[in-house]
Amino acid sequence: MNVPAAWYLVVAALLFGVGAFGLLTRRSALIMFMCIELMLNAVNLTFVTFARTMSDVAGQASVFFVMVVAAAEVTVGLGIVVAVFRRRSSTSVDELAELHG
Amino acid sequence: MTVLVPSIHYLALLPIFIFFGAALVLMVASALSAKSFSLRLATSTTVLASVAVLVVNVAQWSYVAHHGATTTIAHALVFDDFSVVATAVIAASMLLSALVGHDWALRERVVGVDYHVLALAASAGAMVMVQANDLIVIFLGLEMLSLGLYVLVAFDRHRAASSEAALKYFLLGGFASAIFIYGAALVYGATGSTNVSSIAYFLGQNVLLRPGLLYAGGALLLIGFAFKVAAVPFHAWSPDVYQGAPTPVTGFMASIVKVGAFAALIRVLLSALGTQMDTWRPILWVLVALTSLLGASVALVQRDVKRLLAYSSINQAGFMLLGVWSANVRGVAGTLFYVMTYAPVVIATFAIVTVVGGVGDEHHALEHYRGLARRQPWLGAALTVLLLSQLGAPLTVGFYAKYSVLVAALDAGGGALALIALLSAAIAAYFYLRFALTLYEESDDDASHVAVPRASAVVITIGVIFTVLFGLWPGPLATWAQHATLLFLP
Repeated sequence: MNVPAAWYLVVAALLFGVGAFGLLTRRSALIMFMCIELMLNAVNLTFVTFARTMSDVAGQASVFFVMVVAAAEVTVGLGIVVAVFRRRSSTSVDELAELHG
Repeated sequence: MTVLVPSIHYLALLPIFIFFGAALVLMVASALSAKSFSLRLATSTTVLASVAVLVVNVAQWSYVAHHGATTTIAHALVFDDFSVVATAVIAASMLLSALVGHDWALRERVVGVDYHVLALAASAGAMVMVQANDLIVIFLGLEMLSLGLYVLVAFDRHRAASSEAALKYFLLGGFASAIFIYGAALVYGATGSTNVSSIAYFLGQNVLLRPGLLYAGGALLLIGFAFKVAAVPFHAWSPDVYQGAPTPVTGFMASIVKVGAFAALIRVLLSALGTQMDTWRPILWVLVALTSLLGASVALVQRDVKRLLAYSSINQAGFMLLGVWSANVRGVAGTLFYVMTYAPVVIATFAIVTVVGGVGDEHHALEHYRGLARRQPWLGAALTVLLLSQLGAPLTVGFYAKYSVLVAALDAGGGALALIALLSAAIAAYFYLRFALTLYEESDDDASHVAVPRASAVVITIGVIFTVLFGLWPGPLATWAQHATLLFLP
């Protein structure tokens, strides 16, 4: 069975939407962080689909760049989450009320 | 099968190599040295690297003057006057910020080279951004810049606000990056390439029957940039992050992020999507109007100086966007001039905020500035000059910056928008002047004397001299900006 390329794009858009929605509604820093990863993976799926339909290898190569960036973001992000957790024993962003104006 | 290695123009890449090399050398040297690495040595290395980049920029400038603008590494990077000037601004910002950071680290007893390593790596990322000719390369530069800054924002371990600001910045910054790269993916799908020149060529040759994909991609790219430059309505992170970050880092961020993001924004909007101008200009119109007005009016009610300067910086971003909106040579040159002159002014301003902040980096309420100019006339006068420049008062460099983007907007037929921007400048003038007048008010005598360390004093002096000198004589800077733009726009 041949699945049309458009479906992959729709799935990617949905994944991206789920990630963006989760980021805006969830209150745990870790879940928000996972949502960013979900968005980046949706981007990867989009790149691969377009690369496949256009028979262009550049789009597939882009995926590696996005993956490397996602991995780098994980290391930095988890470090920051741990630093905040050590101070407050919570990763909920609702408790971050030090800064307001 | 043979592997084709693209030709690499090492002169174009030299600034990036110098900064990244300096970061690596510092990191390895500090890991290998038995006793703790001297902070003075780390700062000297950063300053030396920045001076080296500025020297290389001179060589690059004359190279481009003789050989014209080129691309390198399979058209992934551009080597033109625009990138050379922007790189020089980044190097100068790094130099000034390193000096302010040095005094701050001594005062707060921050040991180690990490601060300088991260700052150098982030600056290298900004340099990648200003040279990038490919959406993926812009993304990589953006991430190099942002990842370094996330950690720098969290650098003050004594204040809870610092790590809190870092988490907010990280989550929203990651969100913005994901939106940006999704935009790049959609543009790739619509045009078949992520290369700025190829996109421009494709859009010049073809008429898209169903441009929805391209529009969606372009809009997402624009949102990503709007987040990074803190344009309204994507500015919510900026006051919190400006307030929470260690003060020298705030100044550093305010300068290099704007340089990197605006250079890349100009390339994407004017080079890649130049044919779609009629579509993105109305969107940018709304962004400019909201950014300049909201930035200025919310700043009126701020009691914390760092938050106040954050909103002031949002207002300034509105003016920089105004130059991009104009989409003519004058506008782009105006934006470049604006960014060039804003960087040293904002770093010097935050240098003063750093020294007034005192041990613990906590005295940032407007109250602490009451009577500052009576106790310390020179420091007060310096801050007044820097504030007047951000206000756009005549005889300061900020005046010519505002003037050049406003004239460009009028040229482009944006009378209403220029009026809105002027109105926002008038509102902004109120809080800048109120801040400046606070410095000269009577105050109780027990307010303590602020210690100004030597390196910070140098930075503040450079900032003030720059403001006044180029305020009286903006010719050379304006010529560079003009020249850089002419070699860049088609």
